[in-house]
Amino acid sequence: MIKKWAWLIGILAMPALSDDGIFDEYRDLMGDDNPAIFVIDEGEALWFEPQGPRSASLEGCDLGLGPGVTAGAYARFPRYFEDTDAVMDIESRLLYCMQQLQGRDRDALLAKPYSLRGDMGTELEALVTWLAAESEDAVIAPEQAHPSERAMYALGEEIFFYRAGPHDFSCATCHEQSGMRIRLQALPNLTNHDEAAEAFGSWPAYRISEGLVRTMGWRLQDCFRQQRWPGLKLGSEVSVALQTYMAVNAAGGVMTAPGLKR
Amino acid sequence: MSRIKIRAQQADGITEVKALMRHPMETGMRKDQSGASIPAHFITEVAVFHGERTVMQGYWGAAVSANPFLGVRFKGGEAGDTVKVTWVDNQGGTGEGETTIR
Repeated sequence: MIKKWAWLIGILAMPALSDDGIFDEYRDLMGDDNPAIFVIDEGEALWFEPQGPRSASLEGCDLGLGPGVTAGAYARFPRYFEDTDAVMDIESRLLYCMQQLQGRDRDALLAKPYSLRGDMGTELEALVTWLAAESEDAVIAPEQAHPSERAMYALGEEIFFYRAGPHDFSCATCHEQSGMRIRLQALPNLTNHDEAAEAFGSWPAYRISEGLVRTMGWRLQDCFRQQRWPGLKLGSEVSVALQTYMAVNAAGGVMTAPGLKR
Repeated sequence: MSRIKIRAQQADGITEVKALMRHPMETGMRKDQSGASIPAHFITEVAVFHGERTVMQGYWGAAVSANPFLGVRFKGGEAGDTVKVTWVDNQGGTGEGETTIR
């Protein structure tokens, strides 16, 4: 009997980090051979490619560190921008740059921001993947100096614990306990700094089951779908708030993206 | 898109080749949102060459994943030798990538 309980305690005490069962072995086998490397190349090419009515590239895009500065920029999102007077995530900032610099139509850009299964990736996904790679090994350090940024964190925290929908789900239902999983999928406890850092720092990630790189914006809207909540809009206040909540909880961690996931 | 990323490393007389290919690998069994079939599009043949020598040849099908990863070990090979990986798909597309053994 004692032995049985010791075993149970052993299970409960198992480190939650990277406790992904057999998938860890798979990741080791793949090593540096993450198919996201193709998407990084595609994103880099798109950044420098003149596009839109103004035939401009995105080189003048200010991601918060000055126009055209890409190294380390991803790790500082979400952040407040004076020109829009709003806290933005990287996806909505890129959309803003595409409109402002390239003169492109917002509705057209938002028509299909994320790939469907079987696609080879969208422009937005490629750009975000490259920019994340430009922040590889950077310390996650979202801005929290501006009052709007702190308000976003507070809003994100509130939404994280807010139960709603037909299943009375909150984000916290799946993400406030350590060492838990759904089937083989380990679920990070996003209220815990280390686990939030590992989770936040590994997106965008190549999803082997989908053959695609997925972004944090996509991850969130898929969480909403799984919760049977209304569709989450890209760059919406709710999306940015939840990303701020995660990023601040992860602050001090290291960006490892693009990751490799199930 | 016909890109292949290849790495080849030699140790103790064995060369290990790792190749990652950019390909959708459509099975032909899936339907799009309007219900129309998505045409099959997958790699049917892969080959690995060490210089002029064929060290591996394989037939692939629709069961192989998108953006497939191929790992092969062969005897011989010196640092600086050329390793080439090629593929042919069912729509007549081809891909080729080359690297030198480290």
